[in-house]
Formats: sequence, C-alpha cells, structure tokens
Amino acid sequence: MSAAQPSTPKLSLGPLLYHWPAERRRDFYYRIADEADLDVVTLGEVVCAKREPFFADCLPGVIDRLQAAGKQVVIATLALLTTPRELAAIGELAAAGMTVEANDVTAVRVLAGQPFVAGPLINLFNEGSLEFLLHEGATRVVLPVELSERSIAILAAHNRDGETEVQVFGRQPLAISMRCYHARAYGLHKDSCQFVCERDPDGLPADQMDGRGLLSINGTQTLSHGYLVLLRELAGLRDAGVSHFRLSPQAGTDMVGVAALVRAVADGARDPAEAEAALRAMVGPVPFINGYLHGREGMAWVPAA
Amino acid sequence: MRAPKYLELVCPAGTPAALRAAVDAGADTVYCGFRDATNARNYPGLNFDREEMRAGIAYAHARGRRVLVAVNTFPRAGETGLWHQAVDTAADCGADAVILADLGVLDYAARRHPTLRRHLSVQAAAANPLAIDFYRERFGISRVVLPRVLAVGEVAALVAQLKVEAEVFAFGSLGTMVEGRCYLSSYMTGRSPSSDGVCAPAECVAYQEDGDGLRACLGTAMMNRFGPDEPRSYPTPCKGRFVTHGSPSYLFEEPIGLNASAILPDLKAAGVTALKIEGRQRGRAYVTEVVSAFRAILDALAEGRPPPRAAARLHALNEGGQETLSAYRSGWR
Repeated sequence: MSAAQPSTPKLSLGPLLYHWPAERRRDFYYRIADEADLDVVTLGEVVCAKREPFFADCLPGVIDRLQAAGKQVVIATLALLTTPRELAAIGELAAAGMTVEANDVTAVRVLAGQPFVAGPLINLFNEGSLEFLLHEGATRVVLPVELSERSIAILAAHNRDGETEVQVFGRQPLAISMRCYHARAYGLHKDSCQFVCERDPDGLPADQMDGRGLLSINGTQTLSHGYLVLLRELAGLRDAGVSHFRLSPQAGTDMVGVAALVRAVADGARDPAEAEAALRAMVGPVPFINGYLHGREGMAWVPAA
Repeated sequence: MRAPKYLELVCPAGTPAALRAAVDAGADTVYCGFRDATNARNYPGLNFDREEMRAGIAYAHARGRRVLVAVNTFPRAGETGLWHQAVDTAADCGADAVILADLGVLDYAARRHPTLRRHLSVQAAAANPLAIDFYRERFGISRVVLPRVLAVGEVAALVAQLKVEAEVFAFGSLGTMVEGRCYLSSYMTGRSPSSDGVCAPAECVAYQEDGDGLRACLGTAMMNRFGPDEPRSYPTPCKGRFVTHGSPSYLFEEPIGLNASAILPDLKAAGVTALKIEGRQRGRAYVTEVVSAFRAILDALAEGRPPPRAAARLHALNEGGQETLSAYRSGWR
C-alpha cells in the first residue's frame, strides 16, 4: 500500500491503565464489544503485576465477545517485566495465536521472530530503533507520547510496510517506577498496598501546591492530569501515514461516545472544532492537552490557529 | 591499565578539569560526554569537544586509567547522524567503551565498531536477567549499569545470572522513576531528558517570592513552595511537593542523595564489578572530594583495614545534606 494514498485510519482502544473491579472492567469491555465503533481493542495489565489475577477469570469471555464483534484483540504486556513467569506467560499468549503488544524490551526477546506490536512504553524515537524493532518482528508500532508531529511523520514515512499508531485521546503516561506512589499516598508500601489504587478509577490527582491540577497517579505509573485530545490534528496525522488512532480509556468519560466522535472526525464527517466543543461537554472539567504533538511541553494546550 | 582494587571506581567528569581531578583523586575510570544532546547531562558549560576528549583520554591512559564516553540519550527521528558521529568520535579518540541506551545507536555501534566495548546505560533501565541478556545477544554489551531500583539482595540474585559485568550507583543524586522512560520534565518544559539530555533545565526554573515563602516553578508548573525556615531544593519533578488528598507531600521521593559507602562490602559480595559516582554536572572540587573519599574506603577494604571515617565528609556533599541507601535497603517500594 502506498503512503501517498492513505487508507481510512483504524480506531484502537488502548489498554485500560487503571485498576477497576473485575466486574466493572468486564462490563466495560462487553459494552465496547457490543456498541463501540472500534477496529482494535488492546487488553492486558500494563501497570502492576499484582492486579493481573483479578481479571484473569473474565479475560477469555471478554476476548471472545470482542472477537465475535469483529474487533482485533491485542494483549499488552506489563511496562516492567521482572519475572520469568511473566515472560513465560507472554510466550504462551503468542503461541496461542494472540497478538501481543510489548511494552518492555524484555518482551521483544520472547516475541522475536513472530509478529508483535511494539507498545508506546518502548523507547522508539528514531528510524534506527524503528528498524531494529521491525527486524525483530514488529508489525505495528505505537509511538511514545512524547513525539512531535515532525517525528511522527518521519517514522510513519519510514514504516510504509508496517502500521503506525498514535494516541489521540486520554491521559498520557509520563513515567513508571518500581515504587508505588498510590500506596505511598495512602501511607502504605507496595508489598502491603491493599489495592488502594482501586479507589481511584480515573487516577489519584496530584496537584500543584496552589491547587492547579498537574499529574494523576495510577499505582506505579504517573499520568498527565489533562486528557490528550487530538482532533483537528487527525487529518494531518493520517496524511503523514499514521494508520491507527488510539483512545486510552478514562473512567469519567463515555468511551463509546468518544470513539464515535473520533471516528466521525477521522472520516471527515464531522468538523473538528465542533467535535472538540462536543467532547468538552462530555469530558467535564478536565483540561485538554496537546503540547507534545506541537513540539511544546506536553501539558500545554495549543489552540487552533 | 591499572587493575582496580576491590571494586572499579567509575567517576564523573563534566569538564576536562574534572576529568583530571578525578584521575588525580584515584578514579579507576572516568566517564564523560560530548557537548551536545547525545549525553544525558547536556547542560551549559559542561562536556567535551573532540580535542578535549582526545586530550582527556590521553591524560587518563598515561596514568593507567580508563575513559568511558556516554552517548546515552535517544535520538529524535531525523537526527540520528549526530549520535552515530558521537560513537565514531569516541572510537577515534581511543575511548575504552561507549555507554549507550538507544536500540538504534546500540545496533549502529555493534555493527560499525565491533571492537569498541559497549556498556548498557542506566537510561536503558534493564533490571532483569532476560532484558540484559537480550542486549548482550543482540548488541554484544560487556557491562550493564543497573537501575537504582534494586535492593542489595536483588542485585546479588541478578548478578549471579548475568554473563556481563554489573556497575551500580554508589553516590549522588537519583531519580525515582525508571530511567530513560520518564517524561515528567518534558511534560513541564518541552525539553526532553530522553532526547535533549536535560532534566529540569535551569533556564526553565523560576523562583518567586510568595508571602513569607518562596515558590519554585518548572516551566509554568509549581514544583514546591518553601516556608521561611524550610530547606530549599532544586525543582526536579520527581522531587517536587504535590498535593494528594488535600495535603502536600514529597510524593515521589524526598530531595535526598544516595550514599552507599557503608555497604561496599555487600555490593562486592553481590558480585558487582564497578561503582558509579553520579554527578557530571558537579564541579571539580566536588569530584575531588567524593572520589578521594571513595578511594580511601576502597583501598582500606582491599587491604583488609577498617575503612576510614569518610562518612561525614560525604554526607556534607550530598544533595540537601540528606542521604539515603534508597532502594538498596528493602521496603523502599
């Protein structure tokens, strides 16, 4: 396929980054399967290995329902793989025919030689690392959130035979740690955390001392407070060769509605400025951000010219 | 080359003067970088041009010491040439190894300079045997610099499974996020630790009087507010004070420095090859003080003497005068 004639971009739902009760999580995905206009849905626990067992029983049913609804299902790995057991599980998923999104270089070693998705938490900033990952078997690369439009365009142009995905909605992952700040904020340690992260299904706000929002804590992960919103940028990204637009699930927002809105803008059926106003009404008081794409600080909002 | 005693002491040099100071104070090895975005301490007034690098390496080699060149940031798309050139120049100047993190730069160095030793930078944050072995298999690394997230017992268990040397941090400032994968500073300033080699650059820092206190800002974001009697720290994002549940706290880490000088025998027993002193942004006097203190401790340990009481000296040098064993003690997470 030629990049000069970009095909209709696909919509992808990124992995749920937060710790929701298993039932809520299952029902969320059932509704996504039944109602959301999405091409790809990525499941899997990215942030904390301790959360994984809670959803294990629901996972097969959710995969079935999503696949039956015609959605490609991908399983994301943890951002920090630390044990042989975690790696063995990735190998088993791949052997069972599941597409895996690697979010740690360690996973690439297990997946090498078979098709996989290089996730946004792998440092893929340039053509050299892109070529290496393609050589290892990556068929789609989800680019890190820090990249500017210029970097994205260079990488997408370099990846004409593969697929290139960019996040366009939701909080941006900014950092990961071995230490759990969620537990720390509740006066606990990671080893005895009582799963307090479940109390904050859309993240725990970590504000500036003057009260302005800044960050959002999700276990060992730190996210932006604002939601990344790229709508008027979609056409440019598509023309640059981006094949997939990723929505990151947020608790406070109707993701089925967000998907419909992004789809309409991506297809040129809805005016981006009008859609942006509609999204503001859906999202509530959380600020929008888009700084990285425009070569600025990530927390900035660059308004339409 | 002079054989290291007890543990190889790897010391920072932000300038040619600091390189000579580190060698004179007893460093076995010095690490430094070029004056551009190819290294993770890309601050004004620091680092080496080609001729300074050549002269610095000659100075060290004449005294039997090694020089490692850090090319440990992640090139932006379209800019990889500068990173390739840095690796070429390091090889040409006679560096004993390059310290690398980016997959593409590692691939380039392994193909183009197969005989130049490659160390895996802490910026690659490889903290388990499978990841480290992956970098060894693909790029032939000889050494890994371990992230500052492991307890001593974990270091021992890890090193036992490695086919490469391990270098660990012994002293200096430390971040709490997984290194090379932290965008907090670029989120606030637009300048990236990963690709620009700067975290919380001084030109983005502003202090403002605020009643009887002082606000410290990074970009437009407020990192801290110090009361009149509170110690003041630099507004690095992971050492800022943020409000959760209505009360401000040092949510990520207190603004304190690492000092592992008291546990060097434990690190030796864990199978570690080399100790790293952080601080290429620090001046010559600091380098001399810290390096000579560690030299004295290592020499004593090598000769079976009780180590000298260098603790107070090192303590005073650390960030904010407060120090920690950080992750080396269990319970940090």
